[in-house]
Amino acid sequence: MVTPLLPLKMENVSVRRGGKTILGPITLQLADEGISILLGPNGSGKTTLLKTMHGVERPNTGTLQWNVGAEDARLRQAFVFQSPTILRRSVLDNIAYPLTLRGVKRAEARDRAEAFAARVGLTRVLDQHGMVLSGGEKQKLALARALILEPDLLFLDEPCANLDGRATRDIEEILLAVRAEGTRIVMSTHDLGQARRLGDEIWFLHAGQLRETTPKGQFFSEPQSDTARSYLRGDLLP
Amino acid sequence: MEKIWEGLTQAAMLIVGFDPDLMEITLLSLRVTITATLIASAIGLPLGAWLVVNRFRFRRVVIAIINALMGLPPVVVGLFVYVLLSRSGPFGVLGLLFTPTAMIIAQVIIITPIIVSISHQAIRELWADYHDLLISLNATRRQRIATLIMDGRRALLTASLAGFGRAIGEVGAIMIVGGNIDHATRVLTTAIALETGKGEFGMALALGFILIGLAIIVNLGVHMLSRTERGSRW
Repeated sequence: MVTPLLPLKMENVSVRRGGKTILGPITLQLADEGISILLGPNGSGKTTLLKTMHGVERPNTGTLQWNVGAEDARLRQAFVFQSPTILRRSVLDNIAYPLTLRGVKRAEARDRAEAFAARVGLTRVLDQHGMVLSGGEKQKLALARALILEPDLLFLDEPCANLDGRATRDIEEILLAVRAEGTRIVMSTHDLGQARRLGDEIWFLHAGQLRETTPKGQFFSEPQSDTARSYLRGDLLP
Repeated sequence: MEKIWEGLTQAAMLIVGFDPDLMEITLLSLRVTITATLIASAIGLPLGAWLVVNRFRFRRVVIAIINALMGLPPVVVGLFVYVLLSRSGPFGVLGLLFTPTAMIIAQVIIITPIIVSISHQAIRELWADYHDLLISLNATRRQRIATLIMDGRRALLTASLAGFGRAIGEVGAIMIVGGNIDHATRVLTTAIALETGKGEFGMALALGFILIGLAIIVNLGVHMLSRTERGSRW
């Protein structure tokens, strides 16, 4: 039995940039299963929070404690960035790349990449150069490249920003399937409809502060904080 | 104008006639410069990438120095290598002075800064794009450099070709350390200098056209080869 990655305990984590605190202090426990949706206006610190949890952004104060060692933890999670980074390689080699970094033989990595490409519906463009894909296909590529590591925890930073309805639906279907397989997902979005469709719980972030972590039903019917209430009303938050 | 015409016809005759002396110095030119370019690329490309992915205290200073070294006067490099390799110098026992090896050493010193500088510029943009992904995927420093070199290979080819271009036309340094010895260290550029000195302008011009033609053929050849490579069509 493999030691579970979660819970992750964050205590008093804050991030400062240029003398200003842009996130925190945040105390939070990430456990259980499902999809947590991170909502909040621009500049509220969503990306910083996700990157800090993932470990690519270093907090200035506070601690992150995984249920396993820090190095092990990094290997068992993956991140999909808001604007997908496409390697200057074929689609297949893009998806296989994380495996080759971990020493998987090229032929085997390509076989597995083919399977994951099929999963996100990129089989038709396998041999094309990654840079010529459409926006939706690029995001699917980034998703397949994250999933090929079979992470226990998947972060996504506004994965459907700039995508049309069809591409968004494709990605949501994949995420629900991934969730059903037991992968814990934390993702940010601006799309309240998407939050309703995918979320098990909602985190609301405003001005670097986590205002609430509430089950979805409760968040939309009776939000706990004033800021979340006005956000849901569509007010422009200061 | 008449001289240039004369040079062209003489060049054509030398080439058509497979002049053995011409073949010899042309091949030596290629051998010395290609070897120097390969060595300088092996040093310069990883160093350029290394400078991109590492943040250390004197990084800016190092980059400024390398950029300044691009303008290194070849004559001074030649002199420097000469002193090091001369009988009384620290490497005198190796007996390398006035050999093609000495010429390769001098050219490596001249073109490595160019290759480092151009590859650094080229890779910097790629790194800005790849940075978050490679950090997220836990790529080691070596893997980051390898990925950047692999994916930036088109731009890096340009860096190597710029180095080749500088080396093939270089005369000051190899004249000093090679000595322009017939059948030993005479190459196209030193032969041109010699013929010009003798007043043989037709011959000098002929060699000059062959040198330019050679540089163009090598560049075209490399670009054609790299375009047919799979997956690099970008």
